[in-house]
Amino acid sequence: TRSPRSADRFVVAKGLQNARCYSVKHLSVQERIEKKRKAALTGGGQLRIAAQHKRGKLTARERLELLLDPDSFVECDMFVEHRCSDFGMEADHNKYPGDSVVTGQGRINGRLVYVFSQDFTVFGGSLSGAHAQKVCKIMDQAMMVGAPVIGLNDSGGARIQEGVESLAGYADIFLRNVMASGVVPQISLIMGPCAGGAVYSPALTDFTFMVKDTSYLFITGPDVVKSVTNEDVTQEELGGAKTHTTVSGVAHRAFENDVDALLNLRDFFNFLPLSNKDPAPVTECHDPRDRPVPGLDTIVPFESTKAYDMLDIVHGIVDEREFFEIMPNYAKNIVVGFARMNGRTVGIVGNQPKVASGCLDINSSVKGARFVRFCDAFNIPIITFVDVPGFLPGTAQEYGGIIRHGAKLLYAFAEATIPKITVITRKAYGGAYDVMSSKHLRGDVNYAWPSAEVAVMGAKGAVQIIFRGKENQAEAEAEYVEKFANPFPAAVRGFVDDIIQPSTTRKRICRDLEVLASKKQTNPWKKHANIPL
Amino acid sequence: MAAYRSAAGFQRVLHAVKHVCFSKQRCGVIICRYSTVYDPNEKTFDKILIANRGEIACRVIKTCKKMGIKTVAVHSDVDSSAVHVKVADEAVCVGPAPTSKSYLNMDAIMNAIKQTGAQAVHPGYGFLSENKEFAKRLAAEGVTFIGPDTHAIQAMGDKIESKLIAKAAKVNTIPGFDGVVKDAKEAVKIAGEIGYPVMIKASAGGGGKGMRIAWNDEETSDMGFFLSGHISDICANGFCWCLQVLADKHGNALWLNERECSIQRRNQKVVEEAPSTFLDPDTRRAMGEQAVSLANAVKYSSAGTVEFLVDSKKNFYFLEMNTRLQVEHPITECITGLDLVQQMIRIAKGYKLQHKQSDIPINGWAVESRVYAEDPYKSFGLPSIGRLSQYQEPLDLPNVRVDSGIQEGSDISIYYDPMISKLVTYGKTREEALKKMEDALDNYVIRGVTHNIPLLREIIVHPRFVSGVISTKFLPEVYPDGFKGHMLTAGERRELLATAAALYVAVEIDGEKVEVSGEWNLASALLPITINGKHRTLQVCKHACFKLRVLSKLAASLSKHMPEKVPEDTSSILRSPMPGSVVAVSVKPGDNVAEGQEICVIEAMKMQNSMTAAKTAKVKSVHCKAGDTVGEGDLLVELE
Repeated sequence: TRSPRSADRFVVAKGLQNARCYSVKHLSVQERIEKKRKAALTGGGQLRIAAQHKRGKLTARERLELLLDPDSFVECDMFVEHRCSDFGMEADHNKYPGDSVVTGQGRINGRLVYVFSQDFTVFGGSLSGAHAQKVCKIMDQAMMVGAPVIGLNDSGGARIQEGVESLAGYADIFLRNVMASGVVPQISLIMGPCAGGAVYSPALTDFTFMVKDTSYLFITGPDVVKSVTNEDVTQEELGGAKTHTTVSGVAHRAFENDVDALLNLRDFFNFLPLSNKDPAPVTECHDPRDRPVPGLDTIVPFESTKAYDMLDIVHGIVDEREFFEIMPNYAKNIVVGFARMNGRTVGIVGNQPKVASGCLDINSSVKGARFVRFCDAFNIPIITFVDVPGFLPGTAQEYGGIIRHGAKLLYAFAEATIPKITVITRKAYGGAYDVMSSKHLRGDVNYAWPSAEVAVMGAKGAVQIIFRGKENQAEAEAEYVEKFANPFPAAVRGFVDDIIQPSTTRKRICRDLEVLASKKQTNPWKKHANIPL
Repeated sequence: MAAYRSAAGFQRVLHAVKHVCFSKQRCGVIICRYSTVYDPNEKTFDKILIANRGEIACRVIKTCKKMGIKTVAVHSDVDSSAVHVKVADEAVCVGPAPTSKSYLNMDAIMNAIKQTGAQAVHPGYGFLSENKEFAKRLAAEGVTFIGPDTHAIQAMGDKIESKLIAKAAKVNTIPGFDGVVKDAKEAVKIAGEIGYPVMIKASAGGGGKGMRIAWNDEETSDMGFFLSGHISDICANGFCWCLQVLADKHGNALWLNERECSIQRRNQKVVEEAPSTFLDPDTRRAMGEQAVSLANAVKYSSAGTVEFLVDSKKNFYFLEMNTRLQVEHPITECITGLDLVQQMIRIAKGYKLQHKQSDIPINGWAVESRVYAEDPYKSFGLPSIGRLSQYQEPLDLPNVRVDSGIQEGSDISIYYDPMISKLVTYGKTREEALKKMEDALDNYVIRGVTHNIPLLREIIVHPRFVSGVISTKFLPEVYPDGFKGHMLTAGERRELLATAAALYVAVEIDGEKVEVSGEWNLASALLPITINGKHRTLQVCKHACFKLRVLSKLAASLSKHMPEKVPEDTSSILRSPMPGSVVAVSVKPGDNVAEGQEICVIEAMKMQNSMTAAKTAKVKSVHCKAGDTVGEGDLLVELE
């Protein structure tokens, strides 16, 4: 389970390491320390660094420098070396101080973060026992002090020479990923290959980002695929950034290149709390909290069949129109992401009428559910914009298990105890109405715009059932529309707290968030809940 | 929970525009001090229906309100929440989105008139404004048409008849072929006789519709494909001047000076000014008098415009008469102080003109920029559509008038003209008016649609435009390879970089210290700053003319390792350059096409665009068919 050829290349290239061979006994300890530090800083050596650059990739250390505030990185375990003594690995020239990963902690805009950055120039970034041990050490510390962990992945896979030790290393990391889940935010940025067992660490973290054209994630590479299933597929098609951000939904976003990705990661980090005990950060807000948004009064078209862009609503309402969308190209019928309201981080969930009418299907339910659970775990209030015609019908969906997948989103909203604000912009039909953070699932503040329609289904379908076989269907339809295609049925029952003018939505939400900041709500004691996976 | 702002990792794109910002002097709007009074005792209509939409409907309603007249708006179903509907006292839906079913739907409009009891109809421009059938039907119902009578509309609406009348009225006319051309062959023959370039015009077209310039035989015969009947005129590299006339029903007529309308793209005006830099008082009077005599010759009443083409020797030739209120009428209002809509209503009610020719002044200078939702980098402006996600008119600047019919949240749809607004500035001198135009354009915030402000701003500061040497070929001559956007000077580049960087830290550019200060608010679209003592207004937005990335030194140095992304090879892919509908597809899969061969025709907003092959190849697949609606960037045809 490693990418073909990468480790071999390092054995072959050992002749290049002569410069590093020195006689230990003639050097004082001080000199030895300096030598080792210097060696650690150059990783696999200048030639491999040049090769890394040539691939359009930065080195492990350059990446950390970019990610962290200047001079804030404090390295840990620089002197750790691998312990393998087979296949000639014990030779001095095969030992690299720090081995194939750089670990430590630093600051992003002054806020603490633990990091590890796999070094592709050392044995292709392959995972040895020592490598895993280093990663585990910083993860344990991060849990202890309550700070996020960011992993920069660029690794050919397991260190084959170490055999089971390497596999044990992976499992040690997986366990910590699971233990840290919901305690501190964990982010993976895939900046090179990440194949085989290695993929499960990113899969367990809260967010997985990729770099376009230079990063890959797959269980088995194209060669194995070919030999097993006879499929011809390129690395890019099988596990490139495009595949995982549009088709599989494994990755949450892709960026143009290393620099772009790391700078975006810094921006993204600003939205997150340090741990589940930490409130979400508040930034200085230049955008008036009571700013009216006149464009929203006309955004919902008169014809209920006509689409509009939910992102227009989101951009209009949030601070400075800044919205960090998560999974923008996957299950586009639901929009999720982070923004700020009056400087406070909020999670935004919205049905997207522009794509598949904004219906809920398997992918959008899972996408939404995972996002809601992240927000709930880390005290980030959720604002939900509802325009949903229902769940997507059809055999593909039923056979795929829309019932259990749709239940995930329902479950996530229901169990969430963070402040929940819901705005019904237009349709809220059927079971999907219940799911989308309705009052009944402990929504704190639920609003309807004047264009809202809360009903079991659209007028036409409803009339066909209520007045089956009767004439005057059109008349009945008009009556149904008059009765249900407006916010009143929900409002008179208190299922929405108020019917608000769309242009005042920002002002209302900012005010509510202030009130709800002190919200305390707990679920009954349980070992853990049992979300329908 | 420290308040912080990211110091690095910053990527904002700046759209740079230039020069003084007056945003601190919030003076309110003072423009068009109309000299005419709205006499409350002068009896007028009780209720007027405006058979139009957008800015002109809003413009007419504004005057009606001042005159105490109730207004009725008509609208298509997609326009039901449009501004002109909101500002009117009553509104009637006259049909679905396509203009032929709504704004041109005479039956529905006649019903709306009956239903609301409107006594008169103002047609605005376009739509039914020069439709004699409509004027007739109104007359039959006893409803006043605010415009000239049917006879004048008919006579001036026909390009051939109008020329004959003009000749008879001793108005200078252009040498050329005054007749209907049968087919492409004949067109080529006549064009050859006249000499290229020639202008080919559909007999009943107006406002640039169906007006095309041909430079050679091939282009002339190509046009036969689009038009069935037309006349040819010589198109000198000349000027286009419009003389505003005003005539009442009692035989009185006035000329209200000229409008210089030479800056055009696709034969549609983009920048207009009044008065003209080129015209001396004698020529002006001569043109004015000819215009008035033409008006008298057709017993014209109401406001109208006589268009002249002028050659470099100041010879002027009658081109056509527009029997309606024109788009660019505000600049005439600015320099004369007359409210043309009020005058039209008075004339329609049967009043005599209030003014004598000697009362008509030229006060100062007015410039109008037509702000369009279009992409100026494609043929000086291909229509774009979208929703105005942010919209802010520069109305806090003095001497700025904005005539618009949209607001934040409005949709610019494929159904109607993509004009966003008419931005008018006024000054004592031309220089002052242009300076104000610069400020106004810099302070105009439009997001959500591609707009032509970058082009407008380049035109009004271009040395050739500033010096007044303007002609109808200004754009193709100044930008022979098409408009590529503003080219930053070294100084501007430095200032732009400094501003971007100064949003975060103090700056030094290329070893030179640049002082940037200002009270900016990152949540605002406008960024008023002082840079090395100069005031400038910048705008920050995602899709901007100048893309800037602010990177730390480290990030900038590491960026050199980043791979260059290979752009998609577009020569084998034909994409729609704008949203519109497919009129014709002339190839099918397997066909061999030559470079430059027409592949399909896309129509958008009054225009037909011929899409041609970028290389000689075999057609791989066709992704559209005639009648399809396509969006910008949609794949049309793939070549092998």
